[in-house]
Amino acid sequence: MTAKATARKPVSSRTAFTALAVLLSLVSVFPVFWMVTSAFKTRATVNDGNPLPTDFTVQNFVYVFTEVPFVRYLWNSFFVAAVITVVALLFHSMAAYALARLRFPGREVVFTLIFSTLLITAPVVLIPLFLVARELNLLNSYAGLIIPAIFNAFGIFLLRQFYLGFPREIEEAAIVDGCGHWRVYWNIVLPMSKPVLSALAVFFFLANWNAFIWPLVAVNDPDLTLVQLGISSFMTEYNSNWNYILAAATIAALPMLALFFAFQRQIVESIRTSGIK
Amino acid sequence: MSRTTAPARTPESAAAPPSAPPPGRRRLGRKHREWLAAGLFLAPDAIGLLIFVGLPMVLSIVLAFYQVSGFGSYTWVGLGNYERMMNDPLFWDSLKITGIYVVVLVPVLFCVSLGLGLLVKQKLPGMSVYRTALFLPYVVSLVVVGLLWKFMLDEQVGVVNRAIRGLGFEGRSWLGEPSLALAALIAVMVWVSMGYYMIIFLAGLQDIPREYYEAARIDGAGGWTAFRTITWPLLRPTSFFVLLMSTVAAITGGLDLIFVLTNGGPANGTSLAIFYIYQQAFVFGEYGYAAAMGSVLVLIMLVFSAVIFAVTRGGRFDDDR
Repeated sequence: MTAKATARKPVSSRTAFTALAVLLSLVSVFPVFWMVTSAFKTRATVNDGNPLPTDFTVQNFVYVFTEVPFVRYLWNSFFVAAVITVVALLFHSMAAYALARLRFPGREVVFTLIFSTLLITAPVVLIPLFLVARELNLLNSYAGLIIPAIFNAFGIFLLRQFYLGFPREIEEAAIVDGCGHWRVYWNIVLPMSKPVLSALAVFFFLANWNAFIWPLVAVNDPDLTLVQLGISSFMTEYNSNWNYILAAATIAALPMLALFFAFQRQIVESIRTSGIK
Repeated sequence: MSRTTAPARTPESAAAPPSAPPPGRRRLGRKHREWLAAGLFLAPDAIGLLIFVGLPMVLSIVLAFYQVSGFGSYTWVGLGNYERMMNDPLFWDSLKITGIYVVVLVPVLFCVSLGLGLLVKQKLPGMSVYRTALFLPYVVSLVVVGLLWKFMLDEQVGVVNRAIRGLGFEGRSWLGEPSLALAALIAVMVWVSMGYYMIIFLAGLQDIPREYYEAARIDGAGGWTAFRTITWPLLRPTSFFVLLMSTVAAITGGLDLIFVLTNGGPANGTSLAIFYIYQQAFVFGEYGYAAAMGSVLVLIMLVFSAVIFAVTRGGRFDDDR
């Protein structure tokens, strides 16, 4: 069970661990594999239990794109998730920079207040948030999908941790040179925080692409339907046509799977840092 | 110079006592410029959090004492919503189901992801592939996860029952019986989240200095002894974090999955409190009543968190002997 045990570990236990890891990996991946292969089966064979389609077809995907405004859903989700990600990163890094590097009265109080909102999870305040959004005329608009999703203390907290460990010298030199705080932030701090920002960007985009509950209550305009909402109503509508439903689900999941394979390290890194602190 | 940029000072020192001789207007100006800059840097997030997190939080407490009807008319009902709650068997059932769900899900998820963390920490060829595979379900949305498992758990043609029949057993109606549906919900939740907590455990495990294990081995300690005396106590901060996160997520999350997989059924068997509250608010328009139930759920969440805090001693290990 120890880290350095590899050298001493008997071959049999290494084989056992490898076998276990392979087995668990297969269990983990199998449902996703099953979804993707079933999406290429016909209506008649989608339930045949074969791991690979016997009569491979792309007709399901054509159907999804022609019968439902799926392109629109994808675009809506992309647009909303991208805007939230960009704006949230800017706001959070500004706030985190102030909390970590600037000195002002009441800093600890502000930080504690922001930190305490971490405990308030979204579903708990869903109802009052809905009423607030209604009063602000945010329902049924892109603004309503985007604005409430921007603000979360988690990002501020992570970035603050990062900025606390930032090398001070460059910042000081810039201030001595007469740079204002905004210039220091924009020209020095922001470019230097690219790694942590890109990790968070992937994470935010993923979370917002996958978001379902808030869009469900905030919007009923078909033109504003996001992709998760789109597939869930698609499922209700095409009750047992699993070939179509799974094709739609595959289209919704594919961008995130691609993102995951491309930015795996960043995603894992941002989870790791969130866990240690 | 170093005074103005030193991070993480106490509020007292941040308030800049005027004991230092005032070096003229320029210095004072710089200090105030810094205050102003901090205010402007903080403003967007502070205002947003105030409106979209702080205000709803306060509102949810106030709302519990009102009856909200249709569009925007609020009637004060005092403790009426709480009285109604006491006599609402569906609410009590939903709390009971939430209790079972949390008490099963959290320990199972904990053990599975700790086991996976220990497994993928091993230095074996191809381990990064296994890590990727085990984490993969986490990036799939709960909506897709829900419909995918609904497909696989189908009683007649689902692949799960096919496999079970292939092994010579009787297939079950996974989503057709209340207790089986709850078990299925828990199993699916474990499948989705295990990779996430595995990564957190892995990070915690990798933080434990190797020398400890080497010393233990020299002392002749076996794998189990090393785990019990080194890994387990030193992992306490991580365990605390995982327990807290997964409990909060179990009590207040999973709405998306329930919607798609079971829609609270069959016979309300998977109608967790958070689902029942959602229904009352957004299906029946009972915002006040739902807010009152929500406040009870928050209270339960705080009690659970306090228990976890006490059991793990807040994740500290310095007082452990």
